[in-house]
Amino acid sequence: MSDHHNDHGHGHDVYVTHYSTKDYITGFVLAAILTIIPFWLVMGNVLPPDTTRWVVLGFAAVQLIVQMVYFLHLSSKSEGGWNMMALILTVVILVIVMSGSIWVMHHMNTNMMPGMGPTNTHDMT
Amino acid sequence: MSELNANITGGSVADDVSGRYIVREHHPEQGTLLGFWLYLMSDCLIFASLFATYAVQGRSYAGGPTGAELFELPLIALNTAFLLVSSLTFGFAMIAAQAKNLAKTRMWLVVTGILGLAFLCVEIYEFQHLIHMGAGPQRSGFLTAFFALVGTHGLHVTFGIIWLVTLFFQLGKHGLTPENFRRLSCLSLFWHFLDLIWIFVFTFVYLMGVLP
Repeated sequence: MSDHHNDHGHGHDVYVTHYSTKDYITGFVLAAILTIIPFWLVMGNVLPPDTTRWVVLGFAAVQLIVQMVYFLHLSSKSEGGWNMMALILTVVILVIVMSGSIWVMHHMNTNMMPGMGPTNTHDMT
Repeated sequence: MSELNANITGGSVADDVSGRYIVREHHPEQGTLLGFWLYLMSDCLIFASLFATYAVQGRSYAGGPTGAELFELPLIALNTAFLLVSSLTFGFAMIAAQAKNLAKTRMWLVVTGILGLAFLCVEIYEFQHLIHMGAGPQRSGFLTAFFALVGTHGLHVTFGIIWLVTLFFQLGKHGLTPENFRRLSCLSLFWHFLDLIWIFVFTFVYLMGVLP
């Protein structure tokens, strides 16, 4: 396993994860910064709540990518690209599940408000 | 056999042999890691459904306590630090394993395990505190979704620690064999994956839950 040092080679060479201290330190420092800032924003009431909500989500998304690259060593080359393909499929399903649930349930809640549902039409007829 | 050849390639036997040869060359060699990655992706979908539940139920307080009243962010910050540092120390264990340094690998595994345990202890304290205050999972839709999501993550950490302890003794008995290195790589993926999920737990549940 340790003989495979070339990522690109003829036929036999396979992409093998190489664990490096530099990667882990870089990832850790970036992740720490991307964690401290959102905690500071919320605990210090720095921005208006509506802005904070989106900024904090943005930091989470960036940290997700940082950890995937530096800790999980994910790239389009790992496992012959199959890792990335599985991840993309997961993200697609994830987005459908999340946005679908929120969208459907939001509309259901709105229509269940008192005075707006079936009772209203019942009064009219 | 000849029927099989005809079905696959529809050509001569020589074509079939070369075809198989090429297929084998393009197959990923570390099949276990790819399989484990697929497991993690399916685990991701479990968390996706729990996050969706929390997104829907997260503000259904039923007249009970809200996130702003319950969550203690300094405690969550401490827990986040435990998990993030444990990700780093697991990385050091992998680097040591790659350098065939058995003693150092086991030492970093112990550090990672202790940090994982510290995380669990704080989480159990938090849960007990909430239940003691009457804010258990049966209190409101918000708390049901909260305990289901954070509890599932905590269970994953628990099993990760059990796996880590098992591997610690396996390494002591068999050393850094290719099999143990493969197991270590899988656990490394699992451990980092849990840290990844935690990013969204602390952002989505705790930080956004405290906001009005």
